[in-house]
Amino acid sequence: MTLAPERPTAPTSLVQQFELGLDAPICLTWELTYACNLACAHCLSSSGRRDPRELSTEQCKAVIDELERMQVFYVNIGGGEPTVRPDFWELVEYAVAHHVGVKFSTNGVRLTPERAAWLASPATGGYVDVQISLDGATAEVNDRVRGPGSYDTAIAALRNLSEAGFTDAKLSVVCTRENIGQLDEFKAIADRYGATLRLTRLRPSGRGADVWDELHPLPEQQRELYDWLVAHGEDVLTGDSFFHLAAFGEKLPGLNLCGAGRVVCLIDPVGDVYACPFAIHQEFLAGNILTDGGFQRVWQDSDLFADLRAPQTGGACASCSFYDSCRGGCMAAKFFTGLPLDGPDPECVQGHGEHALAGPREVPAASQDHSRRTPTRNQPVLLKLTRREDLTAPPVSFCEESPLAGMELS
Amino acid sequence: MPHAELCVSATDAWELSASVALRPEPFGALAYHFGNRKLTFLKTPALVSVVRALGEQPDVGSALEAAGVPEQQWPAYLAALAGLARTDMIRPRTHAGSRAERRAS
Repeated sequence: MTLAPERPTAPTSLVQQFELGLDAPICLTWELTYACNLACAHCLSSSGRRDPRELSTEQCKAVIDELERMQVFYVNIGGGEPTVRPDFWELVEYAVAHHVGVKFSTNGVRLTPERAAWLASPATGGYVDVQISLDGATAEVNDRVRGPGSYDTAIAALRNLSEAGFTDAKLSVVCTRENIGQLDEFKAIADRYGATLRLTRLRPSGRGADVWDELHPLPEQQRELYDWLVAHGEDVLTGDSFFHLAAFGEKLPGLNLCGAGRVVCLIDPVGDVYACPFAIHQEFLAGNILTDGGFQRVWQDSDLFADLRAPQTGGACASCSFYDSCRGGCMAAKFFTGLPLDGPDPECVQGHGEHALAGPREVPAASQDHSRRTPTRNQPVLLKLTRREDLTAPPVSFCEESPLAGMELS
Repeated sequence: MPHAELCVSATDAWELSASVALRPEPFGALAYHFGNRKLTFLKTPALVSVVRALGEQPDVGSALEAAGVPEQQWPAYLAALAGLARTDMIRPRTHAGSRAERRAS
């Protein structure tokens, strides 16, 4: 058992205090189900199929009771697609009645005009926040990664919310190589529906590991993103996602530290507790709320979290003059690209990540996968049609009129 | 509702907003406002004592005294309280009686 580090009695900065961990998380993510109507190419949690061990309604309510006791003031609910759980709205109501505010992420599939009206009504007490996921400002860019029809679904949900008088929904965008050029258009969509834009980082987690090489922003796009974020300041939310960009210079709004196991964590649909929403892997599993005596026990007593709260060394980054800004970047991004945890982030803006990625590394195998086993109608396929480089003329078959057509004669 | 008067003086009477909950933490406390959903950190245990004492004491000065804040630190604490007032974490007490007295009655 690892002993929790002695907490210094001398006044220290808030960030240092956060690194030593809190009595309860500030930001807790709770994936309610692995079931999903979509099959996004970059899904963090490799969702698709419902897990038969999924927590029951009663078990979920017990979790909410415990969060209320721990004064976890709000919870970020996701999935999978959480709204496909038949008891989803019941759980939202239960949480709100128990002083646990809810922010839920959805692709919009169940946000009908009636549901939007309910969300805007006093029934939710103003404690419910809705995040609509959209990863392209045009259907072409979005549907390529999220699947055909998903753009229209998200826009319809935004429209329903806005028409019902639900104010300040969040438009949640994962920044990729294909949509960095659309930041202004995303902002315009958010503005059109009275929503706030929220940009987050593409992580190589879950199915994201399969497409990260192809989709993660290029170095010059990181700069473009950083400049855009600095220019828009507090008007755009980032969930503290881009602290690795702080090494460009000025810090972005937010805590600028890795909160894994310190101020954030994740409860998955079967009650497993992971260090952060981007680290659903055996390596970052702290315990299970059903078998390890409840969420509070796991949060306060798990060996993994004690380790994460112990003072960290900068490792290979310690000598970098920007270490104080980025703190070595994102643990999950390093882990899932096979980089050492005490080295640079794969997207280190000082270029140290590119060196590390070019060296020998082994990408860890996934420890769970709820992807559908057979392709669905709406599944995105990240294929591009290109020409074979060795062809100089349109291909012809051997039975073309010339008996020698297409044959290479030496 | 944000308050226009952001200056908190030692002779004013303030109290914790009814929609705010405090969660004790090793460094002090987290304050969460259920109305505007703002989360604020009270960075020292003494500030937590002051904020808790506001509603029980006749004015801010008495709350600072009750929490044992030395007088030379009062300006810093008044500035911190003004910051809390800006996000409606604390409110001026316009009506007679403290929150504790009203609760008791």
